[in-house]
Amino acid sequence: MPNAPTLEALGDSAVLLRFGAGLDAHINAQVHRAAAQLHAAQLPGVREIVPAYASLAVHYDPAAFLHCDFARNGATPFSVIGARLLALLHDARDTASQIARVIEIPVCYGGEFGPDLAAVATHAGRPESDVVAQHSAGTYRVAMLGFAPGFPYLFGLPETLHMPRRANPRTRVPAGSVAIGGKQTGIYPGELPGGWHLIGRTPLRLFDADRIPPALLAPADEVRFVAINADEFKRLQAGDA
Amino acid sequence: MSIKVLKPGLLSTLQDGGRHGLQHLGVGHAGAMDANALRLANYLVGNPADAVALEITLHGPRLRFATPALIALTGADIEASVDNHRVPSWRPIVLRAGCELALGGMRGGARSYLAVAGGFDVVRVLGSGSADINAALGPAALQADTRLNCNPEHRDRYKKLWCALDAGVGKHRAASWWIDPAPWFDADPNIVVSTMRGAHFTQLDDTSQRAFFADEFRIGSESNRVGYRLQGPKLQLAAALELISEGVSVGTVQLPPSGNAIVLMAEHPTTGGYPRIAHAIAADLAKLAQARPGQSLRFVDVDLAQAQKSYLAQHGQLERLRLAIADRLDD
Repeated sequence: MPNAPTLEALGDSAVLLRFGAGLDAHINAQVHRAAAQLHAAQLPGVREIVPAYASLAVHYDPAAFLHCDFARNGATPFSVIGARLLALLHDARDTASQIARVIEIPVCYGGEFGPDLAAVATHAGRPESDVVAQHSAGTYRVAMLGFAPGFPYLFGLPETLHMPRRANPRTRVPAGSVAIGGKQTGIYPGELPGGWHLIGRTPLRLFDADRIPPALLAPADEVRFVAINADEFKRLQAGDA
Repeated sequence: MSIKVLKPGLLSTLQDGGRHGLQHLGVGHAGAMDANALRLANYLVGNPADAVALEITLHGPRLRFATPALIALTGADIEASVDNHRVPSWRPIVLRAGCELALGGMRGGARSYLAVAGGFDVVRVLGSGSADINAALGPAALQADTRLNCNPEHRDRYKKLWCALDAGVGKHRAASWWIDPAPWFDADPNIVVSTMRGAHFTQLDDTSQRAFFADEFRIGSESNRVGYRLQGPKLQLAAALELISEGVSVGTVQLPPSGNAIVLMAEHPTTGGYPRIAHAIAADLAKLAQARPGQSLRFVDVDLAQAQKSYLAQHGQLERLRLAIADRLDD
């Protein structure tokens, strides 16, 4: 049975539910379970439910709790919503975890698509083909999105591929770049500055404001990378446009 | 109806109450920096609170109205004229077709809001007409020759004001009443912002903890709608902290390794991995929105209960003004 989260005021209009510390897939799974439970509960006054690695930020409107009698017992909107969140998560603890979506991301590794593949191979002490095989063999989990619209932070990078970030971040990373930063792998949804190592690129659009939902990946999704060649990349890119 | 942009001003963007419900996908809320001023401008022209209005930064645009319009200006104290006649802020103004509204510099503050009755007609992106410059979402900032579309003006609000305009010779007519800007815009150059201590405040060394509330900070020149970079005493942690990304909020004061804190503003990223040393209270975000680069500010220590009390008090004040203005719309 997982422990109840601790509460931290994130200013006067948000509360952070903390489930633990560090990059831990089990803690992260608790975060996603709680996020799903809170989404389902549709608590009045809640504006945003934002999962991160080990915590869940819940943004709320303090004025939604105006009907509560604050004067009598020293209660505040924070204490009211905090108690409601904890009660809800406590009651919902036994809910079976939801089934994750599995999303395949085609990636053209190396060459102009992944200019840092060689550096990652050197750092790992393995041939490039091994890096590609290892990266595309794994099953990953979207731990959270952040940094930019649609940017997924993925858990599940094999330890041999862990590599500290670049000393000199690039000012422009092409959209769709699949990259390694520390213990994580991620995908740049748009042309952005970035300090991660670029090992390949996907022709899929990770973020499109005209699409519903706009982000290809959602928190808790399962992700698999599938290696493709440059011809397939161009064909898929033309089809996705 | 349409408005032609003759001169765009320094940075003029369409803003509303922001983009909501998508932070879990990394989409921030953006929206007006001074949300109170946006609301009041909208109330004055009979729009919904969060309708799209123009956020004007430091120096305003010149606009030509092709058709009659009902407008209101709020926020920073901006020089404004209609066909070379000065017009006041904080009250409804009706304009004849063909008027030129020239918005100039600001005698104080950093952001003014121009609301037009009916609201600006803009393509909504992810549910909002707000320009998120950092994330490249929503309408582009005004350029010369941009044409702004507005929903048609029905002249069904402030009928007496319209009649007075029709009967007179002037190009515009301002209402004889106004709302007191005092609680909503503070021209005092000494900015004092109430802040709650953040989760990592006690991880600052003793000197930095004292300095945060005792010393003055200056708003750095590279401050924008994403955040304000503060210059002043370098703040230091007592010991290094290993942190991972988690949710942040508008008003969160983060401390990067440089020792210069950053206050997150409307276009802040949804998550951050720096220590959170404080949070500016929501009721004081408008003060920050009106602060200019180079201005100095001080932080005052408040607790959560005080912060939420201020939030509710401000909410009540806005609500009372909304009702008072709504009463006059039928005049």
